[in-house]
Amino acid sequence: MRKTYNAGLPNAEEVLHGIDLQIQPGEFTALIGPSGSGKSTLLNAIGLLESASGGSYHLAGRDVTVFDDDERTRARHDVLGFIFQFHHLLPAFTALENVMMPGLMRPQGKGGPAVIRSRAAALLDAVGLRDAYDKKPQELSGGMQQRVAVARALVVGPQLVLADEPTGNLDTHAGDSIFALLRQFNRDSGTALLIVTHDPRLAARCDRIVELVDGQIASDRANTVAGA
Amino acid sequence: MTALGFELTVALRFLREGRMQTALIIGGAAVGVAVIFFITAVLTGVQGDLIRRVTGAQPHVVVKPPEETVAPLLAGTPDAPRVAAVQARPQRLTTIDGWPALARATEMTDGVLAVAPVASGSALGIKGDASRSVVVLGTELDRYLRVVRLDDKVKAGVLQLEPGDALIGIELAKDLGAVLGDRIRVQSAQGSSEVFRIRALLDLGSRELNRRYVYTDLRAAQSLLGIPGRITNLDVSVRDIMRADEVAGQLRAQSGQLIESWIQTNNQVFAAINNQNIMTLLIRVFITIVVALGIASVLVVSVVQKRKEIGILRAVGATRRQMLVVFLLQGVMVGASGALLGSGLGLMLVSVFSRVLRNAEGQALFTMQFDFGLVGAVMAGAALLGLLAAVLPARTAARLDPAQAIRG
Repeated sequence: MRKTYNAGLPNAEEVLHGIDLQIQPGEFTALIGPSGSGKSTLLNAIGLLESASGGSYHLAGRDVTVFDDDERTRARHDVLGFIFQFHHLLPAFTALENVMMPGLMRPQGKGGPAVIRSRAAALLDAVGLRDAYDKKPQELSGGMQQRVAVARALVVGPQLVLADEPTGNLDTHAGDSIFALLRQFNRDSGTALLIVTHDPRLAARCDRIVELVDGQIASDRANTVAGA
Repeated sequence: MTALGFELTVALRFLREGRMQTALIIGGAAVGVAVIFFITAVLTGVQGDLIRRVTGAQPHVVVKPPEETVAPLLAGTPDAPRVAAVQARPQRLTTIDGWPALARATEMTDGVLAVAPVASGSALGIKGDASRSVVVLGTELDRYLRVVRLDDKVKAGVLQLEPGDALIGIELAKDLGAVLGDRIRVQSAQGSSEVFRIRALLDLGSRELNRRYVYTDLRAAQSLLGIPGRITNLDVSVRDIMRADEVAGQLRAQSGQLIESWIQTNNQVFAAINNQNIMTLLIRVFITIVVALGIASVLVVSVVQKRKEIGILRAVGATRRQMLVVFLLQGVMVGASGALLGSGLGLMLVSVFSRVLRNAEGQALFTMQFDFGLVGAVMAGAALLGLLAAVLPARTAARLDPAQAIRG
């Protein structure tokens, strides 16, 4: 399943000018570029949170440019996962409930609430938060909150996870462990990842680096120096 | 949590999260409901009391034969007017002939509860040396009791009107120096007289009636008044006392008789009651509007506060409709729980005040009618109100753009 993104020019200020991008299943890609180059806008457009003003976008084999709002919401739910710079967990719910949330929106397709719960628990275990099921986000450190966010992004089993500066708010150590988690999930489950980052060190650990400058792709190369 | 479904879970949790706001608005709804409960109870009680007093021992509607009109024998013309002195004949007892048919027809009329035949006229009540001017009312007791509740007017004795029995007002008994079981003689203007045994003393609610009324069985009155087989009026009770006029109108149309309702006779009281009802209705409407606005405003604030959360939920796959339902549910739950609380509060208010406020006889002015059906209806109505109040905030929430909402 390919995700093809062509010629996007999102908002009135024409932030992006003619992007031609393809993401293969399982790819671990970094999206880098200076501030204001349009990285976040591109990510939002890929994530169906914003519409492109022109061109076409094929996600998982379907042309999503003709989707209405409900269909886009459904696609976001089923195919994509999101990790934001600020974790954006729901403060009214526990860690476990936060992770379960995307599954609960449409429980039927996932085998019911019990199945979702056990999947969420397994993911929390995998990110090292076995003891934090019933803690509210306020009770967790920044690094732990981001790990909950990673688990949430994966609970529905998306094909592509979009991460906007996932480590931007964390110290080096926490950031590294998050990155390692993402790498691990990418290897274990074949989930494709697109990570927007400022940090060239992190970019250097991805399989592919796409550089965005002034709304256009400046370079798009495979990274042969991929690390762990 | 999972058992409740996504929207309900989120709605409940959002409400719990904004504890103070939720408490405030449930409190507001509760106060509104309590006030509505309270003034409704007071109004019903006070009006019921008033109507009881006013109608007292009177029936709701009376069917009488048309009054005799007197017309000049010779009519003038515009060119040659005649002047004539017209003298009305002294009042004779006018009667209804063939009353069973009329009674049946009246009973079948929409809104009529019960009908009783009455033969009444002036007479003299005599005991020993004492005599007083009275009104004899002959009737069939079992039918009459369904028209006028004599049973809650008994001060002493039992209600029965076998031949030879009479029920008299307490003032008349006093005036004649008679007690329960005594015999009195009743002499009619037509000359006949008969002796009755007093079976009960009644307090009919007014001194006038207590001084004059003597109830006997129908046949005795008919023979006393010289109108065998005929009656002077049909007394009627209606289902909805406030609509007595409509029933009277219908009876007027279908019979040729003279029909009077208590409303005509007491139209000032009736007008006052109507005005009270209108004002109370207005008060209730405005309270409802205020509560609805309160719920809406709190929810609007909540939507603004929760922009980020709404954005996140939408980003990870909640549809617009799901967000709409989340906020609509909040409105419903706030309305219903406010109503439940308010009903309890209202009941408490009523029971406290019903002890404090009493009418002239020292009876409670209004009693507590605990009606689960009413509470259920109020809760349903409040839930609906909450739903409507939540519509605009919910639509705002649903329309939030996820990308912008997250950016904050």
